[in-house]
Amino acid sequence: MSNIMSVRNAYGEALVDCGTKYNQVVVVVADVSSSVKTDFFEKRFPERLFNVGISEQCLVNVGVGLALEGFIPFVNTFASLLLRSFEQIRTCVGYSNTNVKLVGSYAGISDYKDGATHYSICDIAVMRSIPNVTVVVPADAIEVRKMLKEVAEWDGPVYFRLSRSDTPVVLSDSHEVSIGKGQVITKGSDLTIIAAGVMVERSLRAARELDQDGVQTRVINMSTIKPLDKNLVLKAAQETGAIVTAEEHSIVGGLGSVVSEYISQTYPIPMEFIGINDIFVETGLNPEYLLDHFGMSVDDIVTAAKKVLGRKRNKK
Amino acid sequence: MKYYPEDEILRLSDLANQLRLDALKMIHERGAGHPGGSLSCAEIISTLYFNYLKVDPKIPDWKDRDRFILSKGHASAILYAALARRGFFPVEELQTWGHPNSRLQGHPDRLKTPGVDMTAGTLGQGLSVAGGLGLAAKLLHAKWHVYVLMGDGECQGGVVWEGAMMASKYNLSNITAIVDYNDVQLDGACHEIMPLEPFVKKWQSFNFAVIEIDGHDISEILKALDLSKEIHNKPTIIIAHTTKGKGVSFMENEAKWHGVAPDDEQYKMAISELKGGKNE
Repeated sequence: MSNIMSVRNAYGEALVDCGTKYNQVVVVVADVSSSVKTDFFEKRFPERLFNVGISEQCLVNVGVGLALEGFIPFVNTFASLLLRSFEQIRTCVGYSNTNVKLVGSYAGISDYKDGATHYSICDIAVMRSIPNVTVVVPADAIEVRKMLKEVAEWDGPVYFRLSRSDTPVVLSDSHEVSIGKGQVITKGSDLTIIAAGVMVERSLRAARELDQDGVQTRVINMSTIKPLDKNLVLKAAQETGAIVTAEEHSIVGGLGSVVSEYISQTYPIPMEFIGINDIFVETGLNPEYLLDHFGMSVDDIVTAAKKVLGRKRNKK
Repeated sequence: MKYYPEDEILRLSDLANQLRLDALKMIHERGAGHPGGSLSCAEIISTLYFNYLKVDPKIPDWKDRDRFILSKGHASAILYAALARRGFFPVEELQTWGHPNSRLQGHPDRLKTPGVDMTAGTLGQGLSVAGGLGLAAKLLHAKWHVYVLMGDGECQGGVVWEGAMMASKYNLSNITAIVDYNDVQLDGACHEIMPLEPFVKKWQSFNFAVIEIDGHDISEILKALDLSKEIHNKPTIIIAHTTKGKGVSFMENEAKWHGVAPDDEQYKMAISELKGGKNE
């Protein structure tokens, strides 16, 4: 079993590191500081953290004002609540191309206790549809730490999507991460699973099961949803001929859509999509239960892989 | 109290009239735009750009400049006219407004137009963006001031009051907001569509310093701007009572002139009135 680490704590600690390295890093938060762990930053740099209360539209615009003057604002709330400020993100962040870092925590179904109002299953679809906005979904606590530095240094708006959960670690310190680059975690030539976030670890488990049936599965961690690492996807399509995407998000408009939009125009091959199948998910006892029962279990991935392999064979 | 000589007031008044002529010409030529809310803020804009704001047209992003956000972005015509007359770009460029490849978009775009500090158009954003600017100025120990011109109609939106709470919490006395209170919006009179009153009390209860003026009286505008800089513990809002469509009799107080361009005949009449007004 993999090592389990808190994504939230990793973020909170990495934010302090970024704040130490860059004086321009400031934090704006909408009354969720102790939840999303910006309280670590507040303790260290109290004069650089601004809590605007439960006013997400204001949250984003305050970040915009700070960015206009050369600061690097990280604005924080739950991913589901950040969508309240879609208009501010579109006009004042995307269209105005302000260097605001939008951090959506508690994403996917990771806020399992609170239910559908607090789940964020369409945030990737929304954010990636806004020009100028880069979308990053780290796979684990290690990647959160490594990627946050990249996000701070990236010149332009970024949506950084975080899980509430303590999640299995899949990357090691030796993995190099950078915005716009996916990583091949396991090699394989029969099919490719392109995954993001917590689904990377589940995809690796699926790959191990498939391996027992003699299926060599390539698993890619696609932590940057936008801009897509097209070379890596095209190579996977050409070399393996079948793709399954896996994400903790609606299958409408997320990673699967991104990959299929590109593949359908360049190298059409059979694809299957793992994610939430256009439904609202109920409250659960833990996130794993919800992933397992709403279409994102390891078995679901294995089944999708076998299905896509069948279609690949029929195509020949 | 600072003294402003009569000829300076007259100069700013003449400039307001010139901006009205420019804006109407632009709207007529383009066949699109927002005459009512452009004409209502002519004195506010002329006073800001030709007397008050510390800006340098040669260095639009001069770091010590005062920041200005036209939160009611649909009044872009009069802002562009002011920027052109102030020297940020040639007056002839005003004719390109809304045309392909123009630096002058339908609504202000900070990335395209020299002198535009912030993009606007969808209403309500200015005050909370100003909040971020105000915090930035404090962090930088900078002396520049943030001015926001809002419409009355946009104060019906919640984000304005989110921004108000935030500016109050952080005692952002480096923000002066101005409301162009012409009491007319797209669908009719503000007091019928969604009443703002008691407007002064609302802002006072949000812990703003409130100054109420006649928004067409340049002396009052100047005095209010001076006074707002003397307030050091809270943000200021200047509630400027204005007339929508001011200066063109048939446009005044008429909601239908919110976002419609005059035809040739109407344009001729409007220009004639404005020119006549100037010669009185």
